Amino acid sequence: MATKSVVVPVGIELRTAQRSQLSMAFERFRAHRPAVAGVFVLGTLALLSAAAPLISPYDPDKTALLLIYDPPSLAHPFGTDDLGRDLATRILYGGRVSLAIGLLAVTVAVSIGTLIGVIAGYYGRWIDSLLMRFVDMMYSFPRLFLLILFGVIFKGMTIGVIVLVLGVLSWMTTARLVRASFLSLKHREFVEAARCVGAGDRRIIVRHILPNSLAPIIVAATLGVAAAIIAESTLSFLGLGIQPPTSSWGNMLNHATTDMDKAPWIAIFPGLFIFLAVVSINFIGDGLRDALDPRHVVRG
Amino acid sequence: MGRYILRRLLQALPLLFAISVASFAILKATPGGPLAAYEGNPDFTEQDRLRLEHAFGLDRPLPVQYVSWLGSFLTGDWGYSFAHHLPVLQLIGERLPNTLTLMATVFVVVLLLAIPIGVTTALRQYSVFDHVVTGTTFTFLSTPTFWLGLLLIIVFGLQLRWLPLGGIQTPGAEFDVGDRLRHLILPVATIALVQVGSHVRFLRASMLETIAQDYMRTARAKGLQERVVVMRHALKNAAIPLVTVVALDIPELFVGALVTESIFGWPGMGRLFLDAAFRSDYPVLQGILAVSSTLIVLSNLLADVAYGYLDPRIRYS
Repeated sequence: MATKSVVVPVGIELRTAQRSQLSMAFERFRAHRPAVAGVFVLGTLALLSAAAPLISPYDPDKTALLLIYDPPSLAHPFGTDDLGRDLATRILYGGRVSLAIGLLAVTVAVSIGTLIGVIAGYYGRWIDSLLMRFVDMMYSFPRLFLLILFGVIFKGMTIGVIVLVLGVLSWMTTARLVRASFLSLKHREFVEAARCVGAGDRRIIVRHILPNSLAPIIVAATLGVAAAIIAESTLSFLGLGIQPPTSSWGNMLNHATTDMDKAPWIAIFPGLFIFLAVVSINFIGDGLRDALDPRHVVRG
Repeated sequence: MGRYILRRLLQALPLLFAISVASFAILKATPGGPLAAYEGNPDFTEQDRLRLEHAFGLDRPLPVQYVSWLGSFLTGDWGYSFAHHLPVLQLIGERLPNTLTLMATVFVVVLLLAIPIGVTTALRQYSVFDHVVTGTTFTFLSTPTFWLGLLLIIVFGLQLRWLPLGGIQTPGAEFDVGDRLRHLILPVATIALVQVGSHVRFLRASMLETIAQDYMRTARAKGLQERVVVMRHALKNAAIPLVTVVALDIPELFVGALVTESIFGWPGMGRLFLDAAFRSDYPVLQGILAVSSTLIVLSNLLADVAYGYLDPRIRYS
């Protein structure tokens, strides 16, 4: 009975404190104007891509021999490509692929990274050194080289494979962050208190330490989406990622090197959308860092 | 100091061992292999397959195969390229200098730009210059390398016609330093513009932290010139962590080199890797992976040693 009467008020106090923390973080995020602009641009890109069939009158894969290399015009705002397909339409459909891959790959990477970081940071000892040496090894390979190798092994990648491979090659930053956070938190008083009232490892990890490690994970995950979009588009640009006729922002640039003297718009527009998405996500990540870290000074 | 270097070298050995095991595993996991050419051949019987497997040593246990592979790898026998019919080591040896030229030039250009810009933005925090630089670096950091390369070719190669579109030298011409430099400008700019951003941001943060230290006030109170205070007292300390950051960016340098080599037709290791990828030329892929990851491990090691040398607060015990 005695423990119960102690636990309840603490729980209530904690909840009210958390809510105000969250709204303070939201205020700080709103004050970061580039980040707000980033949310707006990225949201627009995502909406336009999702609604592609409603917006564009063209079929993204339909070739038109008479319209090959048509420069930007009212009918084709970004021009047409080497097969006479409408570039704007393909960019919208490609956005679905590129944005989805970015998000899903990071989901995989953060899940693996969190799991490994938790095990290394919480249990320590030999398992920590073993896992961290493994992280070192993963960092010693240039990621794109391994991506290309997987592209060869899988003979050009489908969306599912590319998500998995990108995830498996990108979890190390999260793992290091989570581990560092667990190392610094696991001997704090609130963890010891939780252990004293009989909480098991699982509960301590999931309910007590992990919520306190969330801020760096969220920031790293956001920036990871940008990195994943760049990685996918680079791989597809080189011809080893998403295979035509499916369009992604990267593989639309695949023929750009040969076409750019006659049709520079083919090289410019798809890349512009990669850039817009990546810069927006990076700004959002920057804003989240300011918002989630109370020690960070907010500038206007 | 000597013992510290030795210990770090010994610590790098398990890492190199792990990398070699991973490389071997990748080679084993890839489809094809030396017998792939016979697949589907009706005259190729099960007996033939067993005989050839025995001849190539493919029927031995994996650890034995690994040891024998590692032995020949360490003695310089890296196998033959399926596509070029040349020893892998010779192929890489021909291409590696071109990649290293590209990377070294990028490295120097990045530091020459990043250090003065980083210092100035920190000294004039929130000035117009600072805001412009912060905005520009952010823009370049978010630009995919290959797109930047394409844009540079369109603007400076195709529209303005100032610089060559690609290649390492004018076809048919004799080697000439000026010609080589002209061919270097666009590929180097492509990688450098993206990398400068991250170093400027890092140095700016590091400088701001250093400037706030007490010893800066002491140095000024002693009546030292502002130039001496900034260069000797602030920059020297602020630049030490940059050593680690620069070393950690070396894998990015390899990636940037691969992308730019493929866009600009620069005959380097990255392009060799890409060509090998399209032809499923596994011995070449594996050799390049081994070279690049070994160079990365060694450069990290070098950075650690340099860090210890530059910062006397680091103890070697």
